[in-house]
Amino acid sequence: MTARLTDILPESAETAADGPYIGRSVQRVEDLRLLRGCGRYADDVMLPGMLHAAMLRSSVAHARLRSIDVTAARAMPGVHAVITATEIAGAPGQAVPTVPLRLQPLPCMEAYRQPVIVQDRIRHVGEVLAIVIADTLALAEDAMEAIELDLEQLPAVADWKTSAADETLLFDGTTTNRGVTFTAKRGDAVAAFAAAAHIQREYFTVQRQAPVTMEARGVVADWDGTNGRLVVYGAAKVPFFNRHTSAQMLGMPDSAVDFIEGDTGGSFGARGEFYVEDFLVPFAARHIGRPVKWISDRREDLMTMAQSRECEAEVEMAFAADGTILGVRGTAWCDLGAYPRTNGLIQPRNIPHFLTNTYRIEAVHVDSHVQFTNKGPAGTYRAPGRAETALFCERLIELGAKAMGLDAVELRRRNLVTSADMPWHFATLTPSFPESTGLSEADSGDYRTTFERCLSEFDWNGKLALQGKLVDGRHHGIGVACFIEGGAAGPRENAKIELARDGSITLYVGSTSVGQGLETSLGQIAADALGIPMSALTLLHGSTTYLHEGFGSYHSRSTVMGGSAIIDAAGKFKQALREAAATYLECLPEQVTIAGTEAKSPRGRSIGFAELAKNETILVDGTFANHHHTWAYGAAAAHVAVDARTGDVSLLDYVVVEDVGRAINPLLLRGQLLGGTVQGLGGAFLEEMIYDGEGQMITGTLADYLVPTATDFPHLRAVITEEYPSPINPIGAKGAGEGGTIVAPAVIVNAIANALAEYGVNPVSLPLSPSKLWHMIDDARRAAR
Amino acid sequence: MEVSFKVNGSAVKAQVEPRTTLSLCLRDNLRLTGTHVGCEHGVCGACTVIVDGEAVRSCLMLAVQVEGCAITTVEGLADGDALSPLQVAFRRHNALQCGFCTPGMLTTAHALLTDEPHASADRIREVLSGNLCRCTGYVSIVEAVLDARAAYGGPAGVGTSGHASTSTSASASASAAAPASTAGAGR
Repeated sequence: MTARLTDILPESAETAADGPYIGRSVQRVEDLRLLRGCGRYADDVMLPGMLHAAMLRSSVAHARLRSIDVTAARAMPGVHAVITATEIAGAPGQAVPTVPLRLQPLPCMEAYRQPVIVQDRIRHVGEVLAIVIADTLALAEDAMEAIELDLEQLPAVADWKTSAADETLLFDGTTTNRGVTFTAKRGDAVAAFAAAAHIQREYFTVQRQAPVTMEARGVVADWDGTNGRLVVYGAAKVPFFNRHTSAQMLGMPDSAVDFIEGDTGGSFGARGEFYVEDFLVPFAARHIGRPVKWISDRREDLMTMAQSRECEAEVEMAFAADGTILGVRGTAWCDLGAYPRTNGLIQPRNIPHFLTNTYRIEAVHVDSHVQFTNKGPAGTYRAPGRAETALFCERLIELGAKAMGLDAVELRRRNLVTSADMPWHFATLTPSFPESTGLSEADSGDYRTTFERCLSEFDWNGKLALQGKLVDGRHHGIGVACFIEGGAAGPRENAKIELARDGSITLYVGSTSVGQGLETSLGQIAADALGIPMSALTLLHGSTTYLHEGFGSYHSRSTVMGGSAIIDAAGKFKQALREAAATYLECLPEQVTIAGTEAKSPRGRSIGFAELAKNETILVDGTFANHHHTWAYGAAAAHVAVDARTGDVSLLDYVVVEDVGRAINPLLLRGQLLGGTVQGLGGAFLEEMIYDGEGQMITGTLADYLVPTATDFPHLRAVITEEYPSPINPIGAKGAGEGGTIVAPAVIVNAIANALAEYGVNPVSLPLSPSKLWHMIDDARRAAR
Repeated sequence: MEVSFKVNGSAVKAQVEPRTTLSLCLRDNLRLTGTHVGCEHGVCGACTVIVDGEAVRSCLMLAVQVEGCAITTVEGLADGDALSPLQVAFRRHNALQCGFCTPGMLTTAHALLTDEPHASADRIREVLSGNLCRCTGYVSIVEAVLDARAAYGGPAGVGTSGHASTSTSASASASAAAPASTAGAGR
């Protein structure tokens, strides 16, 4: 996308150039087009001669495809082509391409890769069997009905236990449905548990969730047959990786394919990964020589967008008599659905690695098994593996403290990592990757400080009087939990700054916008680094046309990585400006000062950029490489009131505190924290992708898959602190897009357990829907009789 | 079939099939792509437009049903380049992130405040609960709508500064929605 930062309206505070932009709540540049309905999302791309694609998707979870007859469909009115695996494979006996793993590309995953279209075996409801191209979407969907399938149904593997039994193998050429096991180790867990005064053990269940970006995925591909070039619209998150992958599958050089980023209606880690349609739609456009549009409908979106979080875990925590946590160990089983796709291994990888959460736990031994089933393929969803581990760790602390007769707040204080422990090393993970080694060390911080701040903002001591009390028919409870969030994943990001002949300054960056306000926050960083007003800049980002290489927006990285690359480019740009200006100003380059959009000599001569640009264009590249991650951290506290008669929970107060090192734009950061919190609360209370025993998706609409609405959680507060800037990047900022999501379920289970202490209800299974909670209360009542 | 109606003050005609939804007609026939389609089953509210003063889901209405009606879409809310007060409030409060739900939020809130300029925070939440937003957590949207009430003849302010502050000082809390419940007392 292009952002002309000159669009900033005079009514907003940022135009008064008083001091640096970083740290100010600059109103968003993006809003001016988005508020007027002038954004350009995937479905807004309309090209001359464009045709429409509909995907025939499997309605069964597991079957062999004996044959597919598309003759009648091809004869339907308005139909231009029906494409199946036969056309894509090209020749008999040839296999169709499979989706590569972008992150954690373990060799043992080869056999489990997702084919871009069903060739002989269906492994989940929603898998693509054929693509129909027609004049309109309605005609394409009409024709889809005329396709005849001959299927041999196979037994569905609908849960991890059936998967682990390995009686029905999902992938030919394998001996197991277990793709890999990740193990995290630190210290001597056996000795720690042998020395424990108390061991707390629990069995946790976390449900399958869907990211539900408000804009469903979409791809528009434009084939230029004369020049053999493809332009693909609808890219987000990682356009360069997706361009390369698609080009490889199409047998084209990267340079002949461009992925164009428009406005993006949310990602949450899921949208913008490489999906099969990122190949199928370009293939279709090239196949028929016309532009082709495919826009996912909501049902397709729910069945095909990366699903996440589903796991069960048996975890135990060892305590010394004084409440010191000696160790954690356990096993998790992650249901990844049918395929690992590009990044499905991140959740199972993160669970063992981050089970220690914010605590100084010296002994760790956790295994996490990757199990494939006949459900929708997994991928990352905001806070992958993190929301799960915060829940496990914080619930065990609460239960352990209670069992030992200790105060859980005091127990946390005793064990939280402090600045004296930095850099804190996480457990060692196997298998791992060279680029992941930096993961094992927290950069800076003091986790007690944010914990204490959270307690005081929340008025923990004041609210303690209500703990477990029944008031007007509702049981009140308060709970607290901590979190860390990794950000700023490497390996690097790139930026480019150009002074054009017309005097304009244009900034290009590999970071992508997924709705987070990137143009504004990076504009602030660039304006400060260049010492010029934001309004003098144009920012272009994301698309593969702008840079030779870019990495994009994931792992809360775009601001830190893109911003740091911009700072590198800005330093080089200013040096180049000084050198160019020195000639005109008749002084040495190091004597030239830059103020606003002018270069000045010590003797008071000056030349404007526009004047300089008439004879000199300047183009510089910047890059920022990083093999360590940033670690923002914080805590949240909640006050709930539970109606034991209905299982209904009211969230009366909620405070989340996060230290981000340095806040570029507090207004936007607050939006990340509160928005992330509500997503986490959705996972705690409402959201669940349900599959039946046949692997059939039950929650196929937004009336079945419930996401939070405006009435659900009105009382939320966010506090941002900047106590410990990151030492590993020039801005000092830490990636901060996921913390709110990570901590919410952990806080909620603790608050609800405290509210329902008199029943002994122990919520360790999500989501806590009213009916589930009511049954837990009812079971507890019956048991007490 | 030909259907004639008004959009954002201009008379328009469109050739549509009987099965064409209003959302598709607006987007494809009239190229008014500000109206977004998020679910096509009336749950998400992104496609909300104002038909003869009422906020309706354009994915659940057929284009042929709007013969002779006056429609306002998100493109019709701003006065040229100048944002409307409601849009200004959305920007001030960071009431949008990805922007996909925003057209529906704006049209829904505009229809509400036109009828009920004194709407309380609870009433605003109730009405907006038919529109899904996945980014903001709704807090800033409710603040923005409260803030915009004055422009429709309602009370001024949102009852709180509503802005995040960043500081290490003890007073710097980015206090959000809780105070909004008192701001709605004007209703």
